[in-house]
Amino acid sequence: MTLGPLLIGIYVFVLAGFVGFEMITKVPPTLHTPLMSGANAISGITVVGAVAAATTGAPTVANILGVLAIVTATINVVGGFLVTDRMLRMFGKKKKPKALKPGAESVAAQGREAVSK
Amino acid sequence: MSQEIMRSTVVPIIYLVSTVLFIFGIKQLSKVKTARRGNALAAVGMLLAIIGALLELGTVDYRWIAGGMVLGTVIGATFAIRVQMTAMPEMVALFNGFGGIASALVAGSVYWDTVVQRAPAGTVYEALGTDEAITVMLSILIGGITFTGSLIALFKLQGKLKKGQPILLPARHYITFGLLFGSFVFGGLAVAATASDSVVWVLALAAVSLILGILLTIPIGGADMPVVVSLLNSYSGVAASMAGFVIGNPLLIIAGAMVGAAGLILTQIMCVAMNRSLLNVLVGGFGVADGAGGGGSDEYTSVTSCGPEEAAMILENAESVIIVPGYGLAVAQAQHAVRELADMLKARGTKVTYGIHPVAGRMPGHMNVLLAEADVPYEELLEMDVINSEFKNTDVVIILGANDVVNPAAMKDPSSPIAGMPILNAHEARSVFVVKRSLSPGYAGIKNELFEYDNTMMVFGDAKKVLQGLIAEVKDL
Repeated sequence: MTLGPLLIGIYVFVLAGFVGFEMITKVPPTLHTPLMSGANAISGITVVGAVAAATTGAPTVANILGVLAIVTATINVVGGFLVTDRMLRMFGKKKKPKALKPGAESVAAQGREAVSK
Repeated sequence: MSQEIMRSTVVPIIYLVSTVLFIFGIKQLSKVKTARRGNALAAVGMLLAIIGALLELGTVDYRWIAGGMVLGTVIGATFAIRVQMTAMPEMVALFNGFGGIASALVAGSVYWDTVVQRAPAGTVYEALGTDEAITVMLSILIGGITFTGSLIALFKLQGKLKKGQPILLPARHYITFGLLFGSFVFGGLAVAATASDSVVWVLALAAVSLILGILLTIPIGGADMPVVVSLLNSYSGVAASMAGFVIGNPLLIIAGAMVGAAGLILTQIMCVAMNRSLLNVLVGGFGVADGAGGGGSDEYTSVTSCGPEEAAMILENAESVIIVPGYGLAVAQAQHAVRELADMLKARGTKVTYGIHPVAGRMPGHMNVLLAEADVPYEELLEMDVINSEFKNTDVVIILGANDVVNPAAMKDPSSPIAGMPILNAHEARSVFVVKRSLSPGYAGIKNELFEYDNTMMVFGDAKKVLQGLIAEVKDL
């Protein structure tokens, strides 16, 4: 049996899909949004295809489409990983003894005003 | 090292390492302790993949590539850093749309370069190869749907477009199926046409895919947007995978397929939480009154309301308090205020926990992220299955901007649109405070009979203002 490139691709596609399924079945709901966001950043992998599509300096249609693909895919990748990290940073925070955040003290003060109004 | 060894050995090994990093990354993202490291690992995998792709190119004109990457990085980083924590779901939808259109653009670029610019004699499938020709069309179709679908989801999450209500066109199912059928026809014609004739069919396919993305999303109500975004996330993975087939890159195929599967399973989990089938969500129109509006009238007759003063007096004597956050908490940015109130109550010896419904807010885990931002201890956030047996032994429940997820009609009224949806049994507590701006319905668009219960008191107002009032009152006790 010899597999052509398309069949190898399909094998890889199906098996990678199962890997994805197996990994996601065991996630606490807390992490669903960060996970969705992180997975979304990984789908920006299409940037790898995009760089191959913008290799000449000439402003041809193909090249412009390629550059647009690079821009959009890079937004997806950079934004996706950064936003995910921002969300996760909050879970990582240890219960520090610091009493209140700087703004928190004023919450009560504002509340007093709100009530006295 | 020769370029040949680079392409045949070094680059594939880099891609393999990057694949492994993605797998470890997603794996670690699924545990609270390691999630941040997992995200970093996946980012390193992505960096390696890009380095591999540049090495694979060899000596080319890098100026456009560099320009595109710098521009994308600046835009992406600006969005990511400046966005409010409460707008995270919108951000995920937006980035997802960009990922989808990128895959379509890659396919479009390969098509344009190979078929239109080189203008070979013969058909498109001869020029590209049959496999590539088909996957180019699939990439354009799925990428286009993902792009406009994500943008519509973004607008709906922002409450634009008829305030997120479903938009139902007449005969929409026929239109959608007609367009989907049309897209296959156009794609098929493009594959079989000669190089010069195919352009019009490819453009038609691109146009139809963009329209499809809009039509598939507008009939779905704002409350179901998390499901839609998750599904579109899955689509963008599949689109990346198709782009991988086009350029013959296994890294794209693997990463795309993993994201595709991950998005699908996450979508399924969300549907289960709402007790609805995926098909039921996608057909749309949920929350639009179909005439059989669940028996009772939509008017509220016996609602009791009170101010922060009375609420604080009841809180004073409470031994246990459960806080049920919802989207209203996010809108009011009240996460810090709620933490402060909880701290004060705890200092008085009251037991405070949070009941988190799986679909509270606009994304699964939305409330967790928000409360984590305000340093609420992780172990105080209890999931529905854990906390539901606690309500009947609880003195006070404070519902902050949540509505449908505490509506007892889901259990009691089989004709209700949300019948069967699992809810938080907040009504079983001794006293229930509902902090809400008005009696307006939630995203399901129906009346909440909890508001009329004898043990319920409405505290009207913006969640943050009410909490500030409560904090001030509790301080004075």
